[in-house]
Amino acid sequence: MKKIFSYLKPHRGALTYTLFVKFLASMMDLFIPFILAIILDDIVPQRKPSLIYLWGGGMALCAILSITLNIYANRMAAATSGKVTRKLRHDLFKKLGDTSMAQFDRVSLSSAVSRLTTDTYNINQFLNRTQRMGARAPILLIGGLILTSILDIRLTLVLALTLPIITLIIFFVTRYSVPLYDKQQTVLDKMVRVMQENIVGVRVIKALSKTPYEQRRFDGVNQQLSEVARKAGGVVALSNPLSSLTLNLGLTAVVLTGAYLVNAGLSRPGSIIAFMNYFTIISNAMMGITRIFIMSSKGIASARRIEEVLDLPEDQPLLLAEAEDSPWHIEFDHVSFSYNGVEDNLTDISFRLKQGQTLGIIGATGSGKTTLTNLLLRLYDPSSGRVLLNGRDLRSIPREELSAQVGVAFQSDFMMAATIRENIAYFRDIAESDLMDAIKSAQAEDFIMATKDALNHQVESRGNNLSGGQKQRLLIARALANKPSLLILDDASSALDYRTDAGLRRALSHHHSGTTSVIIAQRVSSIKGADLILVLDDGKVIGQGNHEHLMAACPPYREIADIQMSAFDGMNGEENGVSA
Amino acid sequence: MSVIRGGRMTRNETSGDKRSLVANKMPRRQIAKRLWQYLGRNRALLLLALLLTLLSSSVALFGPKLSGLAIDAIGLGAGEAHIPTVLYYTGLMALCYGLSSLLGFLLSRVTLRMTRNIIYRMRKDVFDRLITLPVNFFDRYQAGEIISVVSYDIDTVNESLSTDFLQIVQSFVTVTVSLIMMLSIKPVLTLVFVVTVPLTALYTRWITGRTRPLFRKRSAKLGELNGYMEEMMGGKKTTRAYGREEEVLERFDQINGEAVDAYTTSEYYGTMIGPSVNFINNLSLALISVFGALLFLRGQVGLGDISSFVQYSRRFSGPINEVASILGELQSAFSAAERVFRLIDAKPEKPDAPNAFTLTDAQGDVKAEHVNFSYLSGVPVIRDFSMHAKPGQLIAIAGPTGAGKTTLVNLLMRFYDINEGSITLDGHDIYRLTRESLRANYTMVLQDSWLFYGSIFDNIAYARPEATREEVEQAARAAMIHSFITKLPEGYDTIIGDDGVNISKCQKQLITIARAMLSNARMLILDEATSNVDTQTELKIQAAMRQLMAGRTAFVIAHRLSTIRSADTILVVRDGNIVEQGRHEDLMAEKGFYASLYKAQFETY
Repeated sequence: MKKIFSYLKPHRGALTYTLFVKFLASMMDLFIPFILAIILDDIVPQRKPSLIYLWGGGMALCAILSITLNIYANRMAAATSGKVTRKLRHDLFKKLGDTSMAQFDRVSLSSAVSRLTTDTYNINQFLNRTQRMGARAPILLIGGLILTSILDIRLTLVLALTLPIITLIIFFVTRYSVPLYDKQQTVLDKMVRVMQENIVGVRVIKALSKTPYEQRRFDGVNQQLSEVARKAGGVVALSNPLSSLTLNLGLTAVVLTGAYLVNAGLSRPGSIIAFMNYFTIISNAMMGITRIFIMSSKGIASARRIEEVLDLPEDQPLLLAEAEDSPWHIEFDHVSFSYNGVEDNLTDISFRLKQGQTLGIIGATGSGKTTLTNLLLRLYDPSSGRVLLNGRDLRSIPREELSAQVGVAFQSDFMMAATIRENIAYFRDIAESDLMDAIKSAQAEDFIMATKDALNHQVESRGNNLSGGQKQRLLIARALANKPSLLILDDASSALDYRTDAGLRRALSHHHSGTTSVIIAQRVSSIKGADLILVLDDGKVIGQGNHEHLMAACPPYREIADIQMSAFDGMNGEENGVSA
Repeated sequence: MSVIRGGRMTRNETSGDKRSLVANKMPRRQIAKRLWQYLGRNRALLLLALLLTLLSSSVALFGPKLSGLAIDAIGLGAGEAHIPTVLYYTGLMALCYGLSSLLGFLLSRVTLRMTRNIIYRMRKDVFDRLITLPVNFFDRYQAGEIISVVSYDIDTVNESLSTDFLQIVQSFVTVTVSLIMMLSIKPVLTLVFVVTVPLTALYTRWITGRTRPLFRKRSAKLGELNGYMEEMMGGKKTTRAYGREEEVLERFDQINGEAVDAYTTSEYYGTMIGPSVNFINNLSLALISVFGALLFLRGQVGLGDISSFVQYSRRFSGPINEVASILGELQSAFSAAERVFRLIDAKPEKPDAPNAFTLTDAQGDVKAEHVNFSYLSGVPVIRDFSMHAKPGQLIAIAGPTGAGKTTLVNLLMRFYDINEGSITLDGHDIYRLTRESLRANYTMVLQDSWLFYGSIFDNIAYARPEATREEVEQAARAAMIHSFITKLPEGYDTIIGDDGVNISKCQKQLITIARAMLSNARMLILDEATSNVDTQTELKIQAAMRQLMAGRTAFVIAHRLSTIRSADTILVVRDGNIVEQGRHEDLMAEKGFYASLYKAQFETY
């Protein structure tokens, strides 16, 4: 909560002012029943209509002041909380953007999104409402008690007696209902999961004729949900009748006590009438205060979740290291790395590459191919060993300098809801001619030009309106657009058919010959021509060299190549026949 | 949950490809009528709720009248009070309030029961319909949208249906009874409301007219912001690799600014309602005080009358405001109901032909003759296509990504119906078979492995729940996944989908292959079944796949051409059409599209 308060600090003046205006407005509300008592008890006996009009006018004035001041204060409250939320959300988004991947992984994507969305809305609402009701309710409660005490201290005591009872009722109802609502949420999640499974698996379910089974499964959670909701609602259903009963009985007690007091000459009937009004005001204030408590528990939880992110320490500082003279563009020097700090994901990797050379990486899923590129981009830092770029330790190169040199297409990389052009340029300044070159090299020209708006064609979120192959071609174009000196393609052409893939490779070798490329692939054909091929297995290099060398020296590599290219002989003639 | 709710607001909703569930408007009256049918199913509960509403609000309304009578009995000064009368009236007050609270509690219980019944029923109706919808429905609509109908819209409808409906009744009772009470006390004083009621009505109209577009803009802007935040968080790695954090933040600031502004502006007007309702209450109070006091001077009303009047007036103006806000809620409930009904109304798969029969244990002789098909009328996808797959043969479907290879599978399994021509299975027209039996003759493995939340055992045995442990293990062994499963702490009872269970894409696919192994069906469909499996593993399961295909008529879609070279027939698909058909050798000799595809994979630069 501390951090959120620091966001309020610059608005101290505005907040105090809002509270002050709120205070005035609430006082106006409190004066009205008081004037009513005065009219009935003091003015009427004087039998002067002009005085009644005058005091009545006073009431109307209070009413007008109350609405004006209240609206004014509410607007200020909305403006202040808007400003705070805007700044808070900005800082949170910036922090999440600046954190290292390792930190971001710990926060997790879905939690980052919910902190940005749900939690910042909660804070906005919380700030807004506490300024509005949070000030008003206590003022009405305390002010109401003070004014009623002035009118009649004994009747006030009767009134005050009901307050703890209502508090207790609300406390117990909340206590019993909250766990039930939590449970309801869990069952609801379960129902959503069943729906999701059914929608995604519709073909399988239909093919296996499991429709009745799935119907029963859904009916099960549906019934369960109904049951839980009924229980939770049943508890809450108690709160309203119980609190209004307490209140109304208090009111009855006031009338009865009042009767004895008036009879004994200790009070006046106008006060009892005014009391009834205060009763409503005070009880509403009570309800308001409990609502604020419920709301603030939500607000505080959200604040805590936001602060957790804002308080993340600075990660991946820039290292001071001398550049060495080196003939190598990229060098991995005994690099090991682990995501969780327990078991290595990469173990003792060493290789070197000259400017313009191509590195191919092949290996099973989970063998560490992507991890290697993550280190090359300094998305993570190695746990031991060094990654060098032109002889400089990667950790000593400013991030902007590094990112200006690289082009990368990750495995199932990200597309945003924007035009094709924006997706390729990706917030960078890319010259039109470079953009077109990149598109041509990426074999994307044909399909882009076939869309209605060509480069301005709108891509849907996650590229939902593109096929896998189209997406991959746009991603490759993105990687090539800034004419990188280091190009990384992580399984970026798996959805391309062989012909398009070959066209891509041809373009890369013709137009980007000065670029050092790192290509991760499943197909041997994609990396066969590389200057250096790494065969990875479980984070270790089990073969290193060019295709011919590996074919001779690395049995696992040869095995992969043999299966994939076994049809090669079939090319030359049909005499080999086909074994069915 | 929040993600799904938020998803409803993102741009996806307005996207062109996936159609929105609200295409053209359903008439109001029709929606109301159908909602009424749901209410009508709970007629007894509804009547009881109505009765309780009437009773509890009228009983409560005797309170102010009784308190007024009590105050009158107190008199104006010391010694004037008639204590027994005061006791009598306050006793009645306590009784009234007690009774009203009891009735109120019963009412909440009855309403709750009714609401839950209706929600349960609606969800059931939606799901039961959903599951009979043709596959193309799910190709068209986004899962998030369908789910939000069931989880969110149905709640919205019922919240409104039960509470708002009864609230309106209650408001009506309150207003009528208050008015009668006030008229019975002093008709002249009710003239005060000639001023305040029209004021309230006019004001409410003005404010709702003012706020509605603001709130609409606010949710649109928030949706845009949500979408952007979700999107860019997902793309963090890319942004970081290119060092574009600043630019991404710049765009965020702009969207955030707009969203905050829209939010604040709508709050400006939204937060006017509270003080305004308060003002009208205060104004009525002031008017009643003045006129009440004047009448009191002339001896025309007693103090108790003024007291009752003041209390009734507070109750009188409340509901009028409430009704206005309820009308707003009803509006959103109606559009939610529309989405629900649209889903319930979606056309299910055509029923089986009246004389359809069940074909079990088909031999797997599949013949297509002169088939024409189009997804959208006027855009033919398959033209005059003929093919004959004999039992046990391997039919491969080849072609570039996105060329429409899945279309054939859709037709064979009747996920879509052909426009012309015929498809037969063992000589029977597939349109004369029950869909269930047709599909039961196939087993399949698709590119995206589908597993549900449940144990590994249940997932493998999904198609044959009666399968023994031994059979399941044998299938898993054949799919090369048995040893992995046994290494898991819970073995076959491991729940898939629980956090902490680390199952790779590849292992998931092997589980679905095991599921297919367990099936007795004589025909097999493999739709890019090994594209998520790396080469080494593929090597390992090749034997398994061969075993899976043995004795079955297999339709195999693959982009790895080496795997389909041995097929009995290769269908070459390009841009949705089947352009070539034949054995590998024939197609290579033709030097057509297939030959060029095939050669490309061996090209080096």
